[in-house]
Amino acid sequence: MSTGNIYFDHAATTPVKREVLEAMLPYFEEKYGNPSSVYSIGRASKKAIEEARESVAGIIGAEPREIYFTGSGTEADNWAIKGAAYANMKKGKHIITTSIEHHAVLHTCQYLESDGFEVTYLPVDEYGLVSPEQLEAAIRPDTILISVMYANNEIGTIQPIAEIGRIAKEKGIVFHTDAVQAMGNIRIDVSKLNVDMLSMSSHKFYGPKGVGALYVRKGTKLTSFIHGGAQERGRRASTENVPAIVGLAKALELADKNMDHHNEKLIALRDRTIREIEKNIPFVRLNGHREMRLPGNVNFSFDFIEGESLLLMLDLKGIAASSGSACTSGSLDPSHVLLAIGLSHETAHGSLRITFGDGNTDEEVDYLMEVLPEIVQRLREMSPLYEEVSRK
Amino acid sequence: MSKGKVMLGMSGGVDSSVAAAVLLEQGYEVIGVTMQIWPDDGEEKRQSEGGCCSLSAVDDARRVADRLGINYYVLNFRDVFQQKVIDYFTNEYLAGRTPNPCIACNRFVKFEALLSKAVSMGIDYIATGHYARITRDEVSGRYLLMKSVTAEKDQTYALYTMTQYQLQRTLFPIGGFKKDQVRSMAREYKLPVASKPDSQEICFVEDNDYGRFISENTDADIKPGHFVDMEGNILGTHKGIIHYTVGQRKGLGVSFGKPMYVAAIRPEDNTVVLGDADEIFATGLTASDPNFISIEELKDEMRVSAKIRYSAKAAPAVIRPADHGRVEVVFDEPQRAITPGQSVVFYDGDIVVGGAVIDGSI
Repeated sequence: MSTGNIYFDHAATTPVKREVLEAMLPYFEEKYGNPSSVYSIGRASKKAIEEARESVAGIIGAEPREIYFTGSGTEADNWAIKGAAYANMKKGKHIITTSIEHHAVLHTCQYLESDGFEVTYLPVDEYGLVSPEQLEAAIRPDTILISVMYANNEIGTIQPIAEIGRIAKEKGIVFHTDAVQAMGNIRIDVSKLNVDMLSMSSHKFYGPKGVGALYVRKGTKLTSFIHGGAQERGRRASTENVPAIVGLAKALELADKNMDHHNEKLIALRDRTIREIEKNIPFVRLNGHREMRLPGNVNFSFDFIEGESLLLMLDLKGIAASSGSACTSGSLDPSHVLLAIGLSHETAHGSLRITFGDGNTDEEVDYLMEVLPEIVQRLREMSPLYEEVSRK
Repeated sequence: MSKGKVMLGMSGGVDSSVAAAVLLEQGYEVIGVTMQIWPDDGEEKRQSEGGCCSLSAVDDARRVADRLGINYYVLNFRDVFQQKVIDYFTNEYLAGRTPNPCIACNRFVKFEALLSKAVSMGIDYIATGHYARITRDEVSGRYLLMKSVTAEKDQTYALYTMTQYQLQRTLFPIGGFKKDQVRSMAREYKLPVASKPDSQEICFVEDNDYGRFISENTDADIKPGHFVDMEGNILGTHKGIIHYTVGQRKGLGVSFGKPMYVAAIRPEDNTVVLGDADEIFATGLTASDPNFISIEELKDEMRVSAKIRYSAKAAPAVIRPADHGRVEVVFDEPQRAITPGQSVVFYDGDIVVGGAVIDGSI
């Protein structure tokens, strides 16, 4: 029966690469100095952080002083949005974002609404794409911030970031992008894209958890996020998590170096899975865009079944997948992203997200395609609606 | 070799936690689930409970599952719970009746929705930590529901709606144990919930303030009205019929010079009828929507012990079929506070014969 553990949930998190771990290890036991200290082992830690900063900056076309390390991607999103909102509130209190952002952005915007800010949540089309025209039309004299995610975590849709950046630049509005899912999958150059702020999270690209980074274009007005020290230019105080920062940088270097090969492999797995699901299972719908799509992302809705049961049965067969974004207790609500692209509650409930990564193989997809059609069929047999439709 | 797969409902309490351990020992493959039944809470409530769908139940059940090394999931049953339990609970009170939400939850949520989910997933059984036993009568071939060996904890009253299909696919792993055995087993297995107190109150009503819960969950106007006596004389003002149940004495808010009890609730003219101690006794009742377990149907008179509420003692009675599929129950001795909306459950010794929902006394 089960062939053991197959991990198809790389959008949730990824394993730390061996080389990343090895790069981190010296900073736990040997080079444990506090980067703020003046003596030698303190300076060694400081050097490691600054090298990491340079490396990250180089990869995304930024200057080192524009990179701030944070505790997570969510923290980077929180800082970017709250920081820009409060720093610019004398100019205006209007923010534009989209209805399919990660909760790190959506809930932060909702928090700001309770503090007197106004937020426009742009709709998306059936593929999850934001319209640059609609975005431009939503801009008002008091608009101070635009935040649009680079790529969606659930359906993998990649947004026209360069076009949005051009509009934002023309209008002189700060533009933030949550690139947590895009980093490591897409080559990103912030100067070409006219992005003013960009969030990333290390554990999405084979780095450690608990560390992220925020790129802030110099000259962008932003309030400080954590007070109490001179770290990160005094804007994000806290003794730096040196091994994690080293790990983030190493992971990003590897991702950047291997990107073409990595993407080629993931796209092959992705397209094969999409093709075979569409061929072998009736009443399915591919969610997201066929081309403007993250290399490892597959997201399907299966009519007449609940994603919850599907995930559970896959888990019992040793396959780890996901159904949109699960909340901490592991129970599932219909995803706001799937509802935003026009799915009904029922269809949204019956969705499955598979996100491939480095370690996945064609044999694992063979196994998936062996068990998935059976599971879907079995679950559908219990559905009175399916019975009706299949009799026709 | 596994005896089969079991989906076990886990509440994070001692009983369902020990049930998991017992099933594992018996050789079943156990899949633990907690049914998420709570409606969407606002941000503040979520924060006060420490997480987005967090209830302490989920945390405790997950710890137990981790301790035992079993698969554990939280499944969403909010819609069915809202419709079949909370709405029913609210509507019954508005209709002047006293509902039993635990019976509704067992019937529609656990043994219908959860069971059909398990069956659809190819799981052989569901199990819960109820104090009850299931056996098979070799002669009739019927599955029987029997009282737990712990009489004071017996929960068969709330399980009488179970069908043969459900009984065949259900396991009650702790029904054969005494409560103190269950507690000591919890300690033996080092379950992190061994010393947790038993739950008592209606699980979805905070502070047991069901009057406030109903007011918050309905658009219906809950108006004060008259307390009247058996002859219709006005005795005082009540706070709205949802606040009362038949047999109630405390909390009437009016003093009458002698003990007075709620004898009836009349939604049609928004009155609450009071009577003295004698006036709330009756010798019989009619009940609807029966389910029979030990017999296929009730054709003739039958002698049983009948229990008219969870906390009541079973009393000797005769049951017989009545019109419209109803059941008539005549007690040997008059019973106190027969309450519309509650269930009457029939026993033959330890065996559950069946039960039905009380319409009223006769």
